[in-house]
Amino acid sequence: MAYKIIGSQCTNCSGCEAECPNLAISERGGTFVIDPALCTECIGHFDTPQCVAICPVDNTCVIDTSVPRYHES
Amino acid sequence: MTDLGHVLTEAFGDEDGVVDVADVMQKMAEHKGCGTSSEGGKASCGSSGGPEDMDPAIWEKVKNHPCYSEEAHHHYARMHVAVAPACNIQCNYCNRKYDCANESRPGVVSEKLTPTQAAKKVLAVASTIPQMTVLGIAGPGDPLANPAKTFETFRQIMEAAPDIKLCLSTNGLALPDYVDEIAKYNVDHVTITINMVDPEIGQHIYPWIFWEHKRITGIEAARILTERQLRGLEMLTERGILAKINSVMIPGVNDQHLVEVNRAVKSRGAFLHNIMPLISAPEHGTVFGLNGQRGPTAQELKALQDSCEGEMNMMRHCRQCRADAVGLLGEDRSAEFTTDKIMEMEVEYDAAGRKAYQQAVEGERQAKVAARQEELATLGGATSAIKLLVAVATKGHGVINEHFGHAKEFQVYELSTAGAKFVGHRRVDLYCQGGYGEEDSLDTIILAINDCHAVFVAKIGGCPKADLLKAGIDPVDQYAHEYIEKSAIIWFKDYLAKVESGAIVHVERGDAAIRQGALLSAA
Repeated sequence: MAYKIIGSQCTNCSGCEAECPNLAISERGGTFVIDPALCTECIGHFDTPQCVAICPVDNTCVIDTSVPRYHES
Repeated sequence: MTDLGHVLTEAFGDEDGVVDVADVMQKMAEHKGCGTSSEGGKASCGSSGGPEDMDPAIWEKVKNHPCYSEEAHHHYARMHVAVAPACNIQCNYCNRKYDCANESRPGVVSEKLTPTQAAKKVLAVASTIPQMTVLGIAGPGDPLANPAKTFETFRQIMEAAPDIKLCLSTNGLALPDYVDEIAKYNVDHVTITINMVDPEIGQHIYPWIFWEHKRITGIEAARILTERQLRGLEMLTERGILAKINSVMIPGVNDQHLVEVNRAVKSRGAFLHNIMPLISAPEHGTVFGLNGQRGPTAQELKALQDSCEGEMNMMRHCRQCRADAVGLLGEDRSAEFTTDKIMEMEVEYDAAGRKAYQQAVEGERQAKVAARQEELATLGGATSAIKLLVAVATKGHGVINEHFGHAKEFQVYELSTAGAKFVGHRRVDLYCQGGYGEEDSLDTIILAINDCHAVFVAKIGGCPKADLLKAGIDPVDQYAHEYIEKSAIIWFKDYLAKVESGAIVHVERGDAAIRQGALLSAA
């Protein structure tokens, strides 16, 4: 799985972009998006996903269940 | 009528922003009567401190800074650039979803800028508004949670416009990590928002902080935050960087505690303390707004500021500006400088023209101070226990030059036989009415200045005049385009004489309401 950003909730503050250890987050068309191919759910980096921890609006960075679970290699 | 005040108001009015410096200098040269700039009283930059009250090195830093010197804020403008949208803490008086409280919000109404766009905006504004002396980065998040953007912006401005003072405003969580970098870019003014020094109280203000890659909540979050804030303040003081402390007064949460905060920051070398009223309306969607947490009344705020004043300088002229504000405090010209407009502008930075303009402004300041001194001298020796407040409609330059009906705010002065002391301002614009919804604008204005005995205006119509008199507020228009403090002292002498002769009876006024919501553009 990967995290995804609910566009309608995102305030475009860019906090998550700077904290993501995988550079998986970028701005596209006025909101931020997570590249699921790069997202590791912060496994191996931090105890908690950084986008969720820094996001000022609850329930904005959420798990995308349509993507397979990340496995630490 | 003070010629110079009139000349400057006309020449430098905010209608077109066009400045003919040569013309002004000529008129300046013709003006006679700029006297001494000395003034008495204790050092109190937040209210009226002048060069005689202060270490020359500090005066040099604050004399053109509208936020650090009340005296300067009549004459000099500041701007903020919104390059820092991310934040590392959550405050219960902030809701980052809406562009309504006291900051701009990215992605909602206001524009966030890249450092390069911000630098161009600074040059464009500095070329249009020559009295713009200060560039601040104040969010809309925390500048030090966006260090790359913040310092790159400072670097570009330092190169292109070295005469502009740089400052930033921070919650202080990341401050100790960046004090050296702040010093490197010659940022000599930093504002830290400190609402508590007791984590027990802090836990009711801050739901969480993001610290060392973790979201931390509760007392632990508040403990880390206060430690970092106070350490950051000490580090700034050690390096000779002036620190102003902002505190939000939240009745029932930290209002009593702010006296202790005042002592804590004073003992660590803070230069100025700015206690601001909580902005809290349900439509802002903040935790405090939704919980029905009220803000303070005007007199509650003044009483707290007064009680801290013996400890250190208090700032009374804060307008709780947006993170993209442009212009004099109390006005917002940001709509003139949107990104689209700036990118189209051909900007030529005229440092010499700016300097000439600012020299003209200095002459004007000295004339104003001299006029006040002259009038104060005539009070000499008079004593009376009477202290009262008056409201003033002004567009700046320290002159009564605004029509009652056009005023978006009134400046409030406390009059006593010690003179006229600026104690605050009351906004009366109608945006985001927050509680006064159904009342008409005059009722709103009367509520905002209800603790004042008189209101000084350049002009006023018959109807509002009658209603003000009915409410017990004397509308005074005979000092149009005169200096504020000088006029107020003359009026006060006359008032005391009438009380003495029995022509009028002095009665105390009631409380006043602080209007909620942010100041909108005048455009």
